[in-house]
Amino acid sequence: MGQNIPECHRHRWLIFLLLATLLLAACRPEQTETAVNGSQRAIQNKGSDTLVNVALAWAEAYREVKPEVAIAVTGGGSGTGIAALINGTVDIANASRAMKDGEKEEARANGIEPIEYVVAIDALAVIVHPDNPVSELNIDQLSDIYTGRITNWKDVGGNDAPIVLLSRETNSGTHVYFLEEVVRKGEDSEDIFAPQTLLMPSSVGITSELRRNPNAIGYDGLGYVDPEHEKMLAVAPPGSTDYVYPTVESASSGQYPLARNLFMYTAGEPTGELATYLDWILGSDGQAIVAQLGFVPLTNQ
Amino acid sequence: MAAQTNLNSMPPQDEATTPTNWRELVIENLIRLAGISAVLIITMIFLFLLREGFPAFVEVPLSDLFSSRWYPIEDKFGLLPLLAGSLIVTVGAVVIAVPLGLTTAIYLGEIAPPWQREILKPFIEVLAGIPSIVLGFFGWVALAPLIQSMGAPSGLTAFTGSLILAYMALPTIISITEDALYAVPKEYRDGALAIGATQWQTIWRVVLPAARSGIVIAVMLGIGRAIGETMAVMLVTGNAANIPDLGFGALFQPVRTMTATIAAEMGEVAQGSLHYSVLFGIGIVLFIITFAINSLATYFVGGGKRRRGGQI
Repeated sequence: MGQNIPECHRHRWLIFLLLATLLLAACRPEQTETAVNGSQRAIQNKGSDTLVNVALAWAEAYREVKPEVAIAVTGGGSGTGIAALINGTVDIANASRAMKDGEKEEARANGIEPIEYVVAIDALAVIVHPDNPVSELNIDQLSDIYTGRITNWKDVGGNDAPIVLLSRETNSGTHVYFLEEVVRKGEDSEDIFAPQTLLMPSSVGITSELRRNPNAIGYDGLGYVDPEHEKMLAVAPPGSTDYVYPTVESASSGQYPLARNLFMYTAGEPTGELATYLDWILGSDGQAIVAQLGFVPLTNQ
Repeated sequence: MAAQTNLNSMPPQDEATTPTNWRELVIENLIRLAGISAVLIITMIFLFLLREGFPAFVEVPLSDLFSSRWYPIEDKFGLLPLLAGSLIVTVGAVVIAVPLGLTTAIYLGEIAPPWQREILKPFIEVLAGIPSIVLGFFGWVALAPLIQSMGAPSGLTAFTGSLILAYMALPTIISITEDALYAVPKEYRDGALAIGATQWQTIWRVVLPAARSGIVIAVMLGIGRAIGETMAVMLVTGNAANIPDLGFGALFQPVRTMTATIAAEMGEVAQGSLHYSVLFGIGIVLFIITFAINSLATYFVGGGKRRRGGQI
């Protein structure tokens, strides 16, 4: 049968297909319009991978508080979220670092005034393979390791083995924080990560490489570390030997040197549902979720 | 039916029939549009790339673009490590894929009995259908630990990327080489065998040289496939913007390719920033490289036709 279709019928099929494609193409914009104008408008929330699990938990819990408000959460890194805020495609940008002046200027150039909220505190844990005998380092040593001045574990009291450096990609707020507070020791310096640093696209990328590589060193938010498979190092400030192990307590008391604020940014003063949502996050319900996920809630300070 | 008769009667009374047969006209023009749109879209893509990426070559001094440090958040835009990364991974992939692909194609086309071919060919087609991200994931989970256990500091190396890319380029190389071998006239083989050449001598001295232009195209397209691949490479090469030391050891160091850089960083940049233009600039460099490879392949096709046309 199929082989014997007359020529003209085949043409009809072609025309039909073309028309159908055109029709479908014409339909699409209308559909999106109704989605935006409808009552179920979603709050777009994007950015930091450190914050993404907390943001997801908030969005989920908020469904029970206000079922009519939909919140769409995506990760991608602080830089990604901030870029989206500058380009006007999100309502809230999550960031594990403060917005840079240059970024604020770019936003203002696009007619967007970024408003900053500190929504949680995170301790950044420096992690190694559980078999690694090294258990404490100060920031001078960490800086030497990550700039490539120290390349063998034996120079910091470990085995005679090359150090494999793991870091997040440059779009990660954690990367930028680590650059400023560890690689540059919080000083005005031109030091940057050694070129042989492996840049991992996600937090999970770091932990899974670290679990199989006994010579690797990496960093990750406290909430992401699984102490059974990764060993957290006690860290001391530059020039000091007061090593502090990262915990929720040591981070909120300020003893642990690598504790930092986590931010949310909105485009302009938030109004309506957006403002209510942010108030809820900063309130006791929102902060309880922060504590549940291994981060440090604001109320502790 | 109607279309059939009109098609046959068209050449003699061309002008007279066209206005009456609107269907013919619509279809003809739609096909013409489809043909032109391919060219149009390519031109538009290139113009768009130029518009977005051109500022990079004006605003970043050339000496910076040719420096050895890529660290965009500090405005260090040295493209050399990325070029080196793409080059090492691609060359590694070609060195693995070409001998493997050619021998497989020769075996399939010249030596294997038909029943074996029936079994092997579908498998090669399946290999072509595996999404690259799946191969990348396989590389991350299975290959990387293997390479690490062989003594590399980390399993995420240029070589891991080369292996994955080689397997991605293999189906292209095999099927095009096989087509080229198939196109060699049977008389060539008969003639060689008739004057007493062994099967190996026939393949090596007669069939392969005759199919040379097709084989070159197969290799070129394989390279094109390898250099443009992104996701799999991003997973397994470690993405360190490092220029490896020259030599064999370079394969076992982490590298960052141009494609992975664009994919990893495009999401973070603000539109119109310098970093954004530089990423498009990398796109221009990639476009030029693949364009050059394709042009070379086309040149070899043209050359091959002329030569064979003269011989037969």
